[in-house]
Amino acid sequence: MNVFTLSWRYLWSRPLATLLNLLLLTLGLATVAFVLLAQDRVTRAFERDLQGIDLVVGAKGSPLQLILAGVFHIDVPPGNIALSEVQALARHPQVAQVIPLSLGDSLDRFRIVGTSTDYLAHYNARLAEGAVWTDTLQAVLGAQVAQATGLAVGQRFVGAHGLGGGGGPAHGDVPYTITGVLAPCACVLDRLVLTDTASVWAVHAHHGHATPAPPLAESAAPQPPAAAHSAEPDHHDHHDHHDHTDTPVHKPGAATPNANDHDHDHDHDHDHDHGHGEQSAAAAAAPLEVTMALVRYRSPLAAASLPRWVNSSTRMQAAAPAMEITRLLALLGTGTRLLQGLGVVLLVVAALSVFIALWNAVRERRADVALLRLLGAPPRRVGTLLLCEALWLALLAGVLALLLAQCLSLLAGGWWASGQGLAIDQSHWPPSLLAVPVLALAVALLAAALPALSAYRADGARLLSNPH
Amino acid sequence: MIHTRDLTCQWAPGHALRFPDVDLPAGGTLLLRGPSGSGKSTWLALVAGLRTASAGQVRVAGAELGHLSPAARDAWRARHIGFLPQKLLLSPALSVADNLALVYWAAGQPVDRERIGQTLDALGVAALARRRPATLSVGQAQRVALARALLLRPPLVLADEPTASLDDAACARALDLLRTRTQAAGAALVVATHDARVAQAWPGAQVLALGADA
Repeated sequence: MNVFTLSWRYLWSRPLATLLNLLLLTLGLATVAFVLLAQDRVTRAFERDLQGIDLVVGAKGSPLQLILAGVFHIDVPPGNIALSEVQALARHPQVAQVIPLSLGDSLDRFRIVGTSTDYLAHYNARLAEGAVWTDTLQAVLGAQVAQATGLAVGQRFVGAHGLGGGGGPAHGDVPYTITGVLAPCACVLDRLVLTDTASVWAVHAHHGHATPAPPLAESAAPQPPAAAHSAEPDHHDHHDHHDHTDTPVHKPGAATPNANDHDHDHDHDHDHDHGHGEQSAAAAAAPLEVTMALVRYRSPLAAASLPRWVNSSTRMQAAAPAMEITRLLALLGTGTRLLQGLGVVLLVVAALSVFIALWNAVRERRADVALLRLLGAPPRRVGTLLLCEALWLALLAGVLALLLAQCLSLLAGGWWASGQGLAIDQSHWPPSLLAVPVLALAVALLAAALPALSAYRADGARLLSNPH
Repeated sequence: MIHTRDLTCQWAPGHALRFPDVDLPAGGTLLLRGPSGSGKSTWLALVAGLRTASAGQVRVAGAELGHLSPAARDAWRARHIGFLPQKLLLSPALSVADNLALVYWAAGQPVDRERIGQTLDALGVAALARRRPATLSVGQAQRVALARALLLRPPLVLADEPTASLDDAACARALDLLRTRTQAAGAALVVATHDARVAQAWPGAQVLALGADA
């Protein structure tokens, strides 16, 4: 028998009080642990998706919206930008790489993103099966998309208009063929349908807009469609079969609709569709557009001048992800601090409860304490016994709290992922969680200090003459 | 075994208890008699090293207690004194066997389960080893408490009112058990009591009368 086994037996000699104290302490610690875990996971998810992206350029509007839409795909983009401007940006001497992104359609609430294969390389994406697209109207599914839709390589699907609201009209006559499925990367690609930029233009080329575009400078060029569907006779047949009576068509030349004004754009397009011949001609003359572009600097020095140049010299807007996310996390910080405050309140309540329980235990066990002193136990050993009871509580509550927080975090992560939100890493034990057992220990020791001192000072002689 | 000279304990300013000198040989029996408040518990505490004398000398089992530090007195007590408290003080949180194991823990020694079994067996309560004290009869609890007092084979056993609230038959059994077992262990015995039946049970015992009994 040592102090640990003895304190364990004393602890469970009052099972109800012990269980209640354990519950209180666990709840307080679990709240703190959950906040730490959520904070870490969100920050890591942001950092992972932002890695290597120095700047996002898109239509003028909210820079935060641009980042959320372009990097994390959890918001609608502010609009479209001219491909020519992106091409000019790509030729800028301070720019190392430009990855274009074209949004507008979705598959079962998963966004279809027209881009270049550089986008896959940027996230070190690996194919679980199949191959990357080599032609227009070929697509690669993110792991989560493949799992949710049940689609596999070789199958075809049609995109729906809109960015994932689920209710958009389908481009039923322009199906994509799946050429590959990505392995899970725990990044934004998991929940995207990826295709060539030209495919997005092709899908919307029913409106006669399919002017081939010159490539972007260097390797960042989105490859324009080799043969735009609008230029093909059979494509016009497709287009003719398309039910345009109430089906808005997203034209490459039209601004990618903001979710808030999506209907407006549809109406606009719809009107155009009635005058198909004129529209085709007008659209063919319109410049090609993409929704935004992800930019990597050639040197960190570009951060000082390139955003300013974009904002002042082009019709585009530049948003620095690091700055915007810092701003976002600062906004989220208020909620985080509130939750942490709640956790601290729970911990204080738990500490009081543990204190009362241990204090009562000392009172109830005055006879035991007296006996230990009679038997020759030094005061330090008697005090340690009480502290060990508190340590057991701290250990149990710490472990339970971490497990509970991880379970809650997994549930929250699953819920978040099912809502097409940020890709949250599912299993992680960040170093910040070490604070939980330390906190448990501190609370327990603080609560046990006075009872342990009382036991330490127990006068065996007095208890001998009056043991109860 | 116990030698006291001019033993005085001041328990409040201007209030002191003075005790007669005692010389108890090894294996001897001392009856400490006196009404409540006469100082029996104080005398026991002084002899057990739980309290220090304000004057005089107390030498027990070869140790001059006044010369020992508090920590040394604790260690000495664990090795030399067996206690049979009035309320028995069996911990309800522990089994009978663990109540005995507590003696080892308090003394900072490794638990000897075999000796615990032997001691319980000698007291006729080996079958109760796994039981909780709350499930024992008074007689069984007394045997367990005595087993605990004798476990480390101390040279001196201090029994505080061992027959309080016992009927005559139970009192006779308890005293018989106490006498035979301490004699078998070769331990000296001090019994603090105000019960006349105890004096009758030990006609040849040394008596230290305190208070109104002095």
